[in-house]
Amino acid sequence: MTVLRAHQLVIRIPGRASGYPLDLAFEPGQTWGVLGPNGAGKSTLLHTLAGLHAPRAGQVSLDGDDVGHLSRRAVAKKLGLLFQDRHDGFPATVTETTLIGRHPFLSPWQSETAEDLAMVDEALATLGLSELADRLVSTLSGGERQRVALATLLTQTPSVWLADEPTNHLDLHHQVETMALLSKQACRGGTVVMCLHDLNLAARWCDHILLLYANGDACWGTAADMLVPEALETLYDQALTVAEIDGSPVFVPRA
Amino acid sequence: MQRSIGPLALLAVLAAASLLLAVMVGSVAIPFSELTAVALGQGNPLHQTLIFELRLPRALAALATGGLLAVAGALMQVLLRNPLADPYVLGISGGAAVGALLAMLAGLGTFVVSGSAFAGALLSTLLVFGLAHGTGSWTPTRLLLTGVVVAAGWGAVITLMLAVSPAEQLPGMLYWLMGDLTYANSPAAPLLVLLVLCLLLLPLGRSLNVLARGSLQAAALGVSVRPLEWLVYIMASLVTAVAVTTAGSIGFVGLIVPHMLRLVLGNDQRLILPACALAGGTLLVLADTLARTIIAPEQLPVGVITALLGVPAFLFLLYRSR
Repeated sequence: MTVLRAHQLVIRIPGRASGYPLDLAFEPGQTWGVLGPNGAGKSTLLHTLAGLHAPRAGQVSLDGDDVGHLSRRAVAKKLGLLFQDRHDGFPATVTETTLIGRHPFLSPWQSETAEDLAMVDEALATLGLSELADRLVSTLSGGERQRVALATLLTQTPSVWLADEPTNHLDLHHQVETMALLSKQACRGGTVVMCLHDLNLAARWCDHILLLYANGDACWGTAADMLVPEALETLYDQALTVAEIDGSPVFVPRA
Repeated sequence: MQRSIGPLALLAVLAAASLLLAVMVGSVAIPFSELTAVALGQGNPLHQTLIFELRLPRALAALATGGLLAVAGALMQVLLRNPLADPYVLGISGGAAVGALLAMLAGLGTFVVSGSAFAGALLSTLLVFGLAHGTGSWTPTRLLLTGVVVAAGWGAVITLMLAVSPAEQLPGMLYWLMGDLTYANSPAAPLLVLLVLCLLLLPLGRSLNVLARGSLQAAALGVSVRPLEWLVYIMASLVTAVAVTTAGSIGFVGLIVPHMLRLVLGNDQRLILPACALAGGTLLVLADTLARTIIAPEQLPVGVITALLGVPAFLFLLYRSR
């Protein structure tokens, strides 16, 4: 059980002098959706929460320790981050790529054990990638690579899951599978924070929402309080129609 | 780990075989049967001198230099996340060459030429590092661009020096620029550096694998990226400086050997880096043996041979790869 907390946090966005300070806790069992227009700082927020970017003000703590002061290894044992884009500069197979999720748990002198490989096999099976285990990642489609990245995150077994647009490149079926997978981590006591563009995925899977506005403003709360048409129309500067299907609101942009 | 033992053992056998070949062939051929006698301190005194004072030191220097260049190339490729990087891409050989040619122009001896080359290599390393650091952030692209531009600057200085040099000094200078092991008769230092390098890299292999996937991803997986990048940069630069000082700027080994091995063995640095040390060394021993025997008693610059051997071998592997 790990608590990720933002203390009066202002993220560093080039050209933005300040912003509304974020002061909130991401608690175990919660699934957070971060929504906002392009350039609002969703990815930067995730990177800052992971300690990869220094904040402009305030701090981020992981179980009470400032992430900026923890070793990268200590952070990586508790917190995993799914990136929006990836670099496959050198050829590597799906298995090799997924195996790097075990890196934080192995000392420099250790090599991966049979147990680590078993975790990789399980993660690949979960994401329907077992058939592709020996393929080079560079020969895969965008959606398949996205699933390899998710499999890598699974083998890292973090308590805090930060996912930057986890459904990127995925077909409808795999979008639902991925959201169900992340939601399952929250049910098991994990904390999930994900940037999303699809309001309907957020409405269906997230119990908490953080809205980031282009001008640096922010507000957060439960999904029921935050996913109201007025707030979302201001957020995206886009008129919306709302319907209710199976008990969840469905948002459709109006032309 | 177990699966790396096979390829490494094979490469070690090849390296040993290349050393045997190098001490056997030359102006006076020494038959294999004679080698054991010589090794035991018996046999023909001429053969004793040939092997222990001329051929073996030179072959060992070639082995060490080739190994250093290949490992440095593999490190630079991971550091810059760029498959086109080689040990010289950041201008180290240019700085060394300017140092060496200045010493040659001044008519100084081999020892001073080597020292001056080493000083030039270090100067270039510091220059590139300082400039790339600048006031902004330190990114692989910025480091690469700074290195390439500094290398181009050294290139111009070298051309200028060649243009104004007296004609009788030109062949020596050109040989140095193309790589030459004629004066490499003290292999102890480069061999020791290669050994220390391999030991230092042993615990870093997996971190380098993660680093090859980008600095943010590496940091997210628990790698302290900045210290690791500095360490890799300093190690690669120092060993390149040692290699250049031993044998001039020998091209292609540092670019082609890591890629050839990756095409066959995959990209696990824990296997690739020691494999580079062995395969780079073997390639340079074979190239140097050819360089001194093809048109004996004349010698060819070894850099020409590494390119002539390496280019077709590399293209063949690339053509066959997935």
